[in-house]
Amino acid sequence: MARAIVNVPPKAKHGDVFEIKALIQHEMETGFRVDNMGKVFPRDIITDFVCKYNGEEIFRAELFPAVAANPFFSFFTTATESGAVTFEWSGDNGFSATASRNIVVE
Amino acid sequence: MTHGPGSTRRRFLTDAAAVGTALAVADLGLLATITPAAATPEAMRTAIRNVVGEAPVQTGKVKLDLPPLVESGNVVSVTVSVDSPMTANDHVKAIHLFNEKNPLPNVIGVRLGPRAGRASLTTRIRLADSQTVIAIAELSDGSFWSDSVSVIVTLPACVETL
Amino acid sequence: MKRGAVIALLAIWSGGAATAAEIPLSERKSGYEFMGGEARAMQDDDTANPAMLWVLDGEALWSRKQGEAGKSCADCHADAQASMKGVTARYPAFDAARARPVDLEQRINICRTEQQKATPLPFESKELLALAAYIAMQSRGMPIEARDDEHLAPFLRAGADMFKLRQGQLNLSCAVCHDDNWGRKLAGAPIPQAHPTGYPLYRLEWQTLGSLQRRLRNCISGMRAETYAYGAPEYVELELYLMWRARGMKIETPAVRP
Repeated sequence: MARAIVNVPPKAKHGDVFEIKALIQHEMETGFRVDNMGKVFPRDIITDFVCKYNGEEIFRAELFPAVAANPFFSFFTTATESGAVTFEWSGDNGFSATASRNIVVE
Repeated sequence: MTHGPGSTRRRFLTDAAAVGTALAVADLGLLATITPAAATPEAMRTAIRNVVGEAPVQTGKVKLDLPPLVESGNVVSVTVSVDSPMTANDHVKAIHLFNEKNPLPNVIGVRLGPRAGRASLTTRIRLADSQTVIAIAELSDGSFWSDSVSVIVTLPACVETL
Repeated sequence: MKRGAVIALLAIWSGGAATAAEIPLSERKSGYEFMGGEARAMQDDDTANPAMLWVLDGEALWSRKQGEAGKSCADCHADAQASMKGVTARYPAFDAARARPVDLEQRINICRTEQQKATPLPFESKELLALAAYIAMQSRGMPIEARDDEHLAPFLRAGADMFKLRQGQLNLSCAVCHDDNWGRKLAGAPIPQAHPTGYPLYRLEWQTLGSLQRRLRNCISGMRAETYAYGAPEYVELELYLMWRARGMKIETPAVRP
């Protein structure tokens, strides 16, 4: 599975807004590059990224080729209850990757 | 520039690459060129209309943070933040990024909700040329707000040609 | 040769050169200082630095058994955080068996072929870069060593000569830009001093991690001169000189550069 680095604080106080970061290894081949024989490198990108907090979707992104290689996202969510924050990436050619972090909310 | 039967354009691209001015992104061992950008400001307007429909897009509430001078168009850090209380009744539903000179006008579309607590997104994008980037936020009341930034994109002096 | 003689000899030799003068220690600046805030922020945050993706791969490879000997790096070198600390700060290092200096990637492949009895990893491959990044990162924050090894003297001299050699269609030498004109702009981009403090690094232009040799090849082809093949001794000699020229500066691997 592609290497991913995700960052969720291990602990938070109920109601706090905290930052989540997600970084995944992927070339994001745009489909616009051409080799010196004129042949196109076919598109191969991550198209979707979803972050869920105890199963409920808190962030969803639709990616286009203009997203840089090794896509990185930083966004925020509110600490509601303890549990798992899960990350799912999917894309061209059946690309799929997941990650998960636990958070304790007091 | 006329596009004759193949040879004229290929020579233009090869000549441009030799001078090091073409946007040449080399895969190791291969010289790759990017096909000329097909997007136009018109294509961007169409892409925006596909998202907002006939609703007016006002400027304000959105802050699009991009460096005015970019060292490499391949990786440009961008932050979009929207002034919103992010409550159940008043929050940002989505943030969209558009550009006018890449081959495609869409960059990314993000769905948020009141649980976000803060309407802020940071990501890294590609910009093929100096151009205008537009961020549009859709609020829970159906209104659209935007901000735009004009960016100058430079390349490192010694572009890789292997 | 007596201790200190090598450094003294090189200092006299380079000071005698008519144009290019070595940057004095107090004025040495890393490429970090020539890049914008966004790239610096990317380097400073291990949770957002794309190079860390390769470092984690390298950490996994460190413990993977390889080759006919069925050994992992860890089997001989145990915990990299201890055993690899300071290594990259004194590379390229002299290899007695080969009677010449080798760089870190070559050293990794020597271990692979001789100890692990495995095939060498291709230059610029994901695995080799990942291992090199993981190993080099163990020296992060440490100063590049000023080494006084008489065995290295002829190779250091060859690297210094190459740094000052005018080559290619533009008749430029490394020194013309990086000793004489650092800080000025070339095609809108600032010219750094060219200290290899952060390799392997994530170059935004490459959109991936890459080695110092890849960067040197970029420079040389950018000068419209003919590049050597990967692994050429000329690159190791140049790297040896560049590291000597950067002595005292801190290792930044895994760095980010535009």
